[in-house]
Amino acid sequence: MNIDSTSLHINQESLDKRKSDLLTAFSQVLDTDAIITDIETQKPYECDGLAMYCALPLLVVMPETVAQVQAIMRICHERSVPVVARGAGTGLSAGAMPHTQGVLLCMSRFSRILRIDPKACTATLQPGVRNLEITETAAIHGLYYAPDPSSQIACSIGGNVAENSGGVHCLKYGLTLHNVLKLQVVTADGECIEIGSEGLDCSGPDLLALMVGSEGLLGIVTEVTVKLLPKPEATQVILAAFDCVEKAGDSVSHIISGGIIPAGLEMMDSLSIITAEAYANAGYPTDAQALLLCEIDGTQEEVNEHIEIISALLKEAGATSIRVSQSDAEKELLWKGRKSAFPAVGRISSDYYCMDGTIPRSKIAYVLTEIQAMSKRHDLRVANVFHAGDGNLHPLILFDASDQDEWERAKAFGSEILALCVEVGGCITGEHGVGVEKIHDMLMQFNDAEIEQFHAVKQAFDEQGILNPGKTIPTLKYCQEYRSLKTQNTKSEPA
Amino acid sequence: MSDISNQLVGRVQAAFTQSEQLNIRGNGSKNFIGREQKGQIFETSGHTGIVSYNPAELVMIARSGTTIAEINNTLAESGQILPCESPLSGNATLGGVLACNQSGPARPWRGSIRDCVLGLRMINGKGEQLRFGGQVIKNVAGYDIARLQAGAMGSLGVLTEISFKVIPKPAAQQTVSVSLPAEEALDKMNAMLAQSLPLSGACWHAGKMYLRFSGAGQAVRAAVQAYEDKALVDDTEFWSQLGEKPLVFFTQDKPLWRFSIKPTAQHFLPEGDWLIDWAGAQRWLIGDYPIEELREYAKASGGQVELYRGGDRSSDLMPQPDPATKLLLTRLKQSFDPKGIFNPGRLYSWL
Repeated sequence: MNIDSTSLHINQESLDKRKSDLLTAFSQVLDTDAIITDIETQKPYECDGLAMYCALPLLVVMPETVAQVQAIMRICHERSVPVVARGAGTGLSAGAMPHTQGVLLCMSRFSRILRIDPKACTATLQPGVRNLEITETAAIHGLYYAPDPSSQIACSIGGNVAENSGGVHCLKYGLTLHNVLKLQVVTADGECIEIGSEGLDCSGPDLLALMVGSEGLLGIVTEVTVKLLPKPEATQVILAAFDCVEKAGDSVSHIISGGIIPAGLEMMDSLSIITAEAYANAGYPTDAQALLLCEIDGTQEEVNEHIEIISALLKEAGATSIRVSQSDAEKELLWKGRKSAFPAVGRISSDYYCMDGTIPRSKIAYVLTEIQAMSKRHDLRVANVFHAGDGNLHPLILFDASDQDEWERAKAFGSEILALCVEVGGCITGEHGVGVEKIHDMLMQFNDAEIEQFHAVKQAFDEQGILNPGKTIPTLKYCQEYRSLKTQNTKSEPA
Repeated sequence: MSDISNQLVGRVQAAFTQSEQLNIRGNGSKNFIGREQKGQIFETSGHTGIVSYNPAELVMIARSGTTIAEINNTLAESGQILPCESPLSGNATLGGVLACNQSGPARPWRGSIRDCVLGLRMINGKGEQLRFGGQVIKNVAGYDIARLQAGAMGSLGVLTEISFKVIPKPAAQQTVSVSLPAEEALDKMNAMLAQSLPLSGACWHAGKMYLRFSGAGQAVRAAVQAYEDKALVDDTEFWSQLGEKPLVFFTQDKPLWRFSIKPTAQHFLPEGDWLIDWAGAQRWLIGDYPIEELREYAKASGGQVELYRGGDRSSDLMPQPDPATKLLLTRLKQSFDPKGIFNPGRLYSWL
């Protein structure tokens, strides 16, 4: 089914013509080394972190000035050519998958930290700056940038803005949305605008909120000003083991309703614990059915008081063992197991498919049990390692990509998990975005009138629909086809 | 507590059909904000009630006509609070507070009402009832149309139900007040932004700086120790009044200006009557000033200024966007409200 309204039938001849015409136009504004025309050199750009979805664009362009981005957008706007922006390519929903009839706008050359203002606690960055680099650079001032997606070594701030990235510390410190003050954006027709300010609030509709998480469909981010936070005086981690998933899940709610918001609250199930321990030797109890990692930060007095309260709560909730980090080295070690869970799973399965649904905390135990049942039904193993504090699940479905049937089963399994997330009051994506991957699943969460409103907003920003077409918001035609297909299927199912 | 959403939808559909302009109003506590009002008064205050609240989830869902006072009272029973401490005078409603994006003294540390919002239901200008976002902290499916409504002053639709994040009430809280000139207070408050402190309020008014610490008992005691000899003011009273700032502190009948600027911006117009809040990021000034002059100051301070109360309400009171952004806003308005029926001209003369 066609989900992309802009991919009209264009024959190869017209595409070749488009490519050479674009090449001529781009050569006026870009150096030759900033335009990639051949398939071999384009190959690394064919997908983002979700490699099952790939495509090659007509051209890859790598501008390094805002004026060049504006010129590229004007050229494409005049010709109604699709433009897909790409940061570091670590996204997990194929949001940066190139458009076969368009241009891939690679922002990696915008890699400078423009300003750190230690007094106002802000950093002004080009979009290609890596997430972790912000914290590393701000560290000399005792400051850091709070959102820390697990790809933070590689992912860029521009991509973080496009996806509204989260991480381990969202529960207390918010998402990218809560930590961005100002954006410079190049619009679909090549205008350069500023959204937000160096103050905390702006009057009028909150365009900043609209732009963050818009997955490259509303504009190209060319500069980002973020808030920096003072590094907490003290940070400690509690590791609690449980002999069943239910007790671990319920203790998450106990902690939160107990009056303390931890800086991070992560959970791992049995398969993740065993796999991560074998990989990282963090000292995790491998006989546990579930582990909770709870990070507490603040002044030393605050941390002491909170550790005491939470340890008591965990004991009461039935934790079989509790370990509190006594040094920074021990804290790092405890985190190391959690942070290496994904690569560790990569060692026991040729491929894994990472889901990203979010659910209300009180439903954690129920949903995890259901996921285990689905795992049996689809005959695919699943490892759960996720942000329990904010109910953001990351079931890793283990499969073999060379086996088409396994991939189809993995997709069906994944979709079933997301449907369950929506059913219990959650959503289909907490931080990875919709991209190409979850475009079908959007229909579980939104009705046609809501989808139509999304399209109307898109049109206000990009009348021709040239920015990242075919992603994130399914076309109405697709919605109708999908829903009528589903009704037919339901009808034909035996009672 | 009642759900009148069907009635509200019906009214908007009729207005859409007849191209009739509507002036959305909850309890009218913010009638003085924005430009002069046009259109038929469209009451939403009857749409009230807390729809769901589970303290363990730290999430509440309430209809837009529910008062902030009722929300605060309900939260208090479970030892929780609205992080942004939105003002509640005049029976302020949840819908109105979000539409005007009003947050209280803790805003720099705990976020704004916009930051608390997780999702909402609204009626667009075609009379369609739509739901965006949800009731979980992380939700990136589709554009963030829920938070887009913060500050829109009803120009994009009628908000009917809002889900938002709440937080546990801090175990302890204490305030110190120190006599200081504005410049020195600004320096001190700015410096505290970069320190790991359990701060939840920092303001200056009439020669005094007020600092509020809240969090774990031991942490608050340790933070306050540094101010041993300083008077500890009656906490709750002061900060709740500050939440209602303009109404309590500036009772004179003169134009009241609100600056939202970089917290470290230099103190300007030192002879003016100022209330500095949010550690310098929000500053209130009362008096007759030419708007152009104040806009220059705001621009130089990395932010903006609006004429919050009083003055000529027929002129443009809000900061004016550049032409490209203005075009985007106009088109965005059309995408929600194609016939321009909601709050015409209330936010901007041209919207």
